Amino acid sequence: MLELRIAGRDFGQPVLGEVFVNITRGDRICLLGPSGIGKTTLLNVIAGLDTSIPDGAVVGRDKLRIGYLFQEHRLLPWRTLCANLMLVGVSEREAETCLAQVGLPGYGQYLPDQLSLGMARRAALARCLAVRPDLLLLDEPFASLDPMMADELRTLIAGILDANPSMAMICVTHDGVDAEMLANRLWYLDGKPARLKWNDELGGPGVVTDLLGKLRKCELADS
Amino acid sequence: MTARTGRPPAWSYWVVLPLFVVFWGVFAWFLRSPLLPTPLQVLETLMVESASGQLWYHLGATLARVAVAFTLAMFVGTVIGIVMGRSRTTNALFDPMLVLLLNLPALVTIILMYVWFGLIELAAVMAVVINKVPNVAVTVREGARSLDYRLEQMATVYDFTRWQRLREVWVPQLFPYLMAATRGGLSLIWKIVLVVELLGRSSGVGFQLHLAFQVFDVAAILAYSLAFILVVQLIELAILQPLERRSNRWRQPEMAHA
Repeated sequence: MLELRIAGRDFGQPVLGEVFVNITRGDRICLLGPSGIGKTTLLNVIAGLDTSIPDGAVVGRDKLRIGYLFQEHRLLPWRTLCANLMLVGVSEREAETCLAQVGLPGYGQYLPDQLSLGMARRAALARCLAVRPDLLLLDEPFASLDPMMADELRTLIAGILDANPSMAMICVTHDGVDAEMLANRLWYLDGKPARLKWNDELGGPGVVTDLLGKLRKCELADS
Repeated sequence: MTARTGRPPAWSYWVVLPLFVVFWGVFAWFLRSPLLPTPLQVLETLMVESASGQLWYHLGATLARVAVAFTLAMFVGTVIGIVMGRSRTTNALFDPMLVLLLNLPALVTIILMYVWFGLIELAAVMAVVINKVPNVAVTVREGARSLDYRLEQMATVYDFTRWQRLREVWVPQLFPYLMAATRGGLSLIWKIVLVVELLGRSSGVGFQLHLAFQVFDVAAILAYSLAFILVVQLIELAILQPLERRSNRWRQPEMAHA
């Protein structure tokens, strides 16, 4: 459903190298790699936020609805949760439903700054769901949450993916555990400029760590 | 509130201002000069002018000019400021003009407008607008430059329309700058409008001050100034402060969790 033909991305010096890869419905991709390697840059390119990348580099995006969970909640702080969700084109009822789906029932009239970090992130996730996305982009969804909240959110996201088998997901993370629980494909960014290595055969717990080790070592792994 | 920041406590106004009036009264009573009337004389003049309707007519004329000039200047200045803040090219084109206009004395603009267009209402209002637009533009430009790119990205991902982006994303962020431009704008426009009226109109507070000046009627000058100050404070208290409170409500939400 989506085909990346990215020639590279410079910020003064080359950050991202060539990225040629396909994403199909039902893909649950975890994108790993060292800090500052360009994982968020790649997500922004896929979401169409990077204006220096020609439109033709991401084939098929126009037909997709994308939900992007940024690292910060990026809800409008001057609008209630309900109003924030309604801005992406849903009714008040649907907004309340989406909030209930992420475990925030009845929170529609709260302002984003009245919520804890974990709650605000779930509210932002509710906004992603409100657009009924074909592709869900998650940028470190579990970062700076305490372990229990991170667990809850992981279970929540896994449940959402199971309920929507045609939805694709790309999740940036540092943690192999996330990949084991959520992913059926593994992407690994490495090198300078960063190249994308990937592995499509994920099965069973414990595999991810091994695969990660292999991906780190190998020059360029093909599926 | 600490002593160093924010507004002084309310009682200071109720002490300092009456003390000033008393001091002025005593001084004027000793001097017994028509050039410094007592507060009571000023109040009396104010009553007379108010009863004859003169005060209201001229205050109204000034207020109308201020309202029109202010609206125009805020609108034009905001548009220019946003465009300059968002586009380097536009900024490069307009910035030299801003520097020029910011340093042009208000009096020059007024005289030129009257010379070129005649002593008409349009020239009067235009002169005020031209004086004010650069200030608004500079203030709003600062705001437009500091717009949060993270919210811009969010608005792009979620396909906000132009109108939604302006109303929901930009205006709330620009609001403090718009308020600053409004405050600074009103106080500047009041003063310029008076000069404009003094030089070339036959109505308004400025015109009345002109007449009073010609006959050295200090009581009338002070009476009109007083009425004027009261109106400005009324607008501040009745319009600006409630507006600001309303728009800043989201900034101090009570925590729902914990």
